[in-house]
Amino acid sequence: MATDVPLVDAAQLLGELRRTFSSGRTKSEKWRSQQLRALLKMVTEQEKEICKALTLDLGKSEYETYACELAMVLDSCKLAIKRLKKWMSPEKRPIAVATIPSTAIVHPEPLGVALVVSAWNFPILLALDPLVGAVAAGCAVVIKPSEIAPATSAFLAKFIPMYMDKEAIRVVEGGVQQITALLDQKWDKIFFTGNAKVGRIMMAAAAKHLTPVTLELGGKCPIYIDSTVDVKVAAKRIIVGKWTCSDGQACLSPNHLLVEECFVPKLISTLKTTMVEFYGEDPRTSKDLAHIVNKNHFKRLTALLDDPATAEKIIHGGERDEKSLYIAPTLLLDVPLDAPIMNEEIFGPLLPIITVKGPDEAIDIISKEPKPLAIYVFTDNKAVQEKMVSETSSGGMVINDAVVHFLCPHLPFGGVGESGIGAYHGKASFDAFSHQKSILYRGFTVEVYARYPPYTTHKLKVIRALLGRDFLGLLLALLGFRRQE
Amino acid sequence: MAAEEEEDRQVLTKSDSSFFVEGIVRHLRRTVRSGKTKPEAWRRQQLQGLLRLLVEREEDISRALAQDLRKSAYETYIFEISLAVEECKLALKKLRSWMAPQKVAGTVATFPSSGAIVPEPLGVALVISTWNFPFVLAVNPMIGAIAAGCAVVLKPSEIAPATSALLAKLIPLYLDTSAIQVVEGGVPEITTLLQQNWDKIFYTGNSKVGRIIMAAASKHLTPVTLELGGKCPVYIDSTANLKVALRRIAVGKWGNNNGQACIAPDYILAEDSIAPRVVDVLKETIVEFFGKDPKTSKDLSRIVNQFHFKRLMDLLNDSRTLGKIVHGGEQDAANLYIAPTVLYDVPLNVPIMTEEIFGPLLPIIKVKGAAEAIAFITERSKPLAFYVFTTDKTIAQLMVSEVSAGGIVVNDTCLQFVVPGLPFGGVGESGTGAYHGKFSFDTFSNHKAVLYRQEVGDVYARYPPHTKHKQKIIKSLLTGDFLGATLLLLGWRQ
Repeated sequence: MATDVPLVDAAQLLGELRRTFSSGRTKSEKWRSQQLRALLKMVTEQEKEICKALTLDLGKSEYETYACELAMVLDSCKLAIKRLKKWMSPEKRPIAVATIPSTAIVHPEPLGVALVVSAWNFPILLALDPLVGAVAAGCAVVIKPSEIAPATSAFLAKFIPMYMDKEAIRVVEGGVQQITALLDQKWDKIFFTGNAKVGRIMMAAAAKHLTPVTLELGGKCPIYIDSTVDVKVAAKRIIVGKWTCSDGQACLSPNHLLVEECFVPKLISTLKTTMVEFYGEDPRTSKDLAHIVNKNHFKRLTALLDDPATAEKIIHGGERDEKSLYIAPTLLLDVPLDAPIMNEEIFGPLLPIITVKGPDEAIDIISKEPKPLAIYVFTDNKAVQEKMVSETSSGGMVINDAVVHFLCPHLPFGGVGESGIGAYHGKASFDAFSHQKSILYRGFTVEVYARYPPYTTHKLKVIRALLGRDFLGLLLALLGFRRQE
Repeated sequence: MAAEEEEDRQVLTKSDSSFFVEGIVRHLRRTVRSGKTKPEAWRRQQLQGLLRLLVEREEDISRALAQDLRKSAYETYIFEISLAVEECKLALKKLRSWMAPQKVAGTVATFPSSGAIVPEPLGVALVISTWNFPFVLAVNPMIGAIAAGCAVVLKPSEIAPATSALLAKLIPLYLDTSAIQVVEGGVPEITTLLQQNWDKIFYTGNSKVGRIIMAAASKHLTPVTLELGGKCPVYIDSTANLKVALRRIAVGKWGNNNGQACIAPDYILAEDSIAPRVVDVLKETIVEFFGKDPKTSKDLSRIVNQFHFKRLMDLLNDSRTLGKIVHGGEQDAANLYIAPTVLYDVPLNVPIMTEEIFGPLLPIIKVKGAAEAIAFITERSKPLAFYVFTTDKTIAQLMVSEVSAGGIVVNDTCLQFVVPGLPFGGVGESGTGAYHGKFSFDTFSNHKAVLYRQEVGDVYARYPPHTKHKQKIIKSLLTGDFLGATLLLLGWRQ
């Protein structure tokens, strides 16, 4: 069990990694490329083991494991290997009039020793995707996988040292005690995926050492949908966005639907029939649904369902079985907005549907909540699309689909406000673990005497003209002419 | 009416700062929510207002800075006014392009699709500025916040009271008070401000308070930019042109608020073969710049207050330091004056070598060469800036790649600050985040990732039940094996 693992001496661990980092080994392109290839190899060769671990931890199907976790990690690795040289190379920047002649360059360098704390719902992806960024950036890394997904935690602890540089990349298993010990140390970067409550604890700990943080948190990702869309396509995408991703236990899961009034009956009936198409009459027999991660979350979710004002709004599903940690994909219609299910991030297979008059009411409801990680808008009306984009704020948005923006390496993935700080994926991963160091190169040959004390009025005139790009004035001042004030 | 409001404000400030502050934040939040600060026209108007303020009020600003710090008109113009004017003009020029969504490609897995990174304002920002460049360090972050469409509360430093009062007076005259406010005060006001829920906090100051700010921000998950300080080292080797190098070091040190600047050279590591010559040239340069009695020079600002004067005198008067003074050392407490002072070969564990000096004292330490200098610097906290003087390109490159700092300048000092194309900020103890130019706009923005899809482009393999066949298709698609995917879809491959 991850929490039974003996406490690691955090100070000693950090000391070892700092020594490795100081040696300069992780800075070379060769090392970074080697590590990325090793990670790629591990994920490819150990696919079966990974699937086994995810089935144990969450009951995930092979399909889901591949499509939602492994495919992304492989992609991230390959992209990083391909682009590494480019990402590492210094970038020339424009200089200022005041510094002519000079050359300005931004030179990325690794932040140093990073701590990656990952979550339980996509336990492979959320540990390894940040690792790709950290390694590409040339950092040494400690990964602390979630103890709530113990089989995956054990997998990482066993296989990462077998493939990657043990002196620079380590996995530390454990629970609250272990993480607390780790957080006492001074890290050069902390990358956390999880909920906002723990996010605050991470940031407060980071503040003690002025450690920069990336916090990938959650929130209630709403969907707004109107009657202009093809109901079948929309229903299919909503359903897989919700239940194929860890059975609704994903930071990006659609939390609730805000549906245009006239569309509600049609959408509901299509959702119901499509859900049966996908998961069968009795979803308990479907191999394509993950289970609730543990008893705690099971109890939390069933309590949400059993709230009297909520229970009577169930229009599909609602069945549950504690032994198999199963809750049926459940739809609810028009629960009161102050019911518990609407008060917290659901993080499970329950999908409330709220009737709204149109985009304005949807925007009103959305803006009363903390900014979510994502907002999904299903509409063919371009004006409504633009309205939603410009009048709401979130980490990301998808028009006419859900969740899939996550797959796009050119889109920085992260939250805002309660849903997080910072972003990653693609180059943003490399940047999250890098410091963009500014360099200005000057020579000794050109000297502007007006720059040095004693500051005469004449010198001030010259500098004013130079900075004001008043070249005629500059010429006149240099020649000693007086200008009319 | 304005006078009554002013009176009200003062009464509220004194008797119930928390009520006052909460009211301001609520008001600004309402403004942001109304969408008033989002349109380009509003932002442009505010930036133009700010530019007018800078141009029309240059005299008032110079007077306040002379009062607070005895800054010369020259320094005031260069560092406080022209830098702000440049940033303002740049923001006005580039506003539209900064605000424009950046189109990005979709990906195979989401084909067909298109993406855009849409910048949006973070919301209501708190800018806390410091006393040493009290005008520009308040205005420059504000330029970024306004360009990004944020509402701003500015809390200027109470240690530069004339500038603080001037900002409090002028900003409401030139800018939209429904979105931009100034809150003056000291620790109680800052404490109350930090209890509020901000969408962004931008702080310039020291790392001790930086930690307090970040801890307060963590309660609301507020993103922060912390522009802190540290000991900015200088390395000079025997290939450098000493005359030019020391002129640039001297102006970077004493021409920069008399050493009270986060990017002022803090100490010099001189290659031992030239170290004595460095001392000599430095002495000559100081006399060239400030005369034999620098107290009579109009170009040296003063120590900001008694507290810092005493702090600096304590650094000098440490018994292990006193004997190492090779130039200067004179002081006049009544005038908050300390002469440009050079020290040679102080021990490494004395306070002047372990704390950020932030004043007109410049220690010189001998080192054997680049390797020793690198070891010396990298043993210590990462500085905001590092200055390298050498004509040896290999050494310059070695320094750039081995030393981590916010920024590095080769063969000069401080100028990285005036290049808007370079992100200005620290790393580690010297800070987190950066600004200037577009980086200012970015630091107050949320870069929202938007993916556009349509109804076409639906791969049935995406949907349950997930058969092995479907899995093969998805795998082929995601790995770019389009031939394989096609064959599977046609049923020609199982």
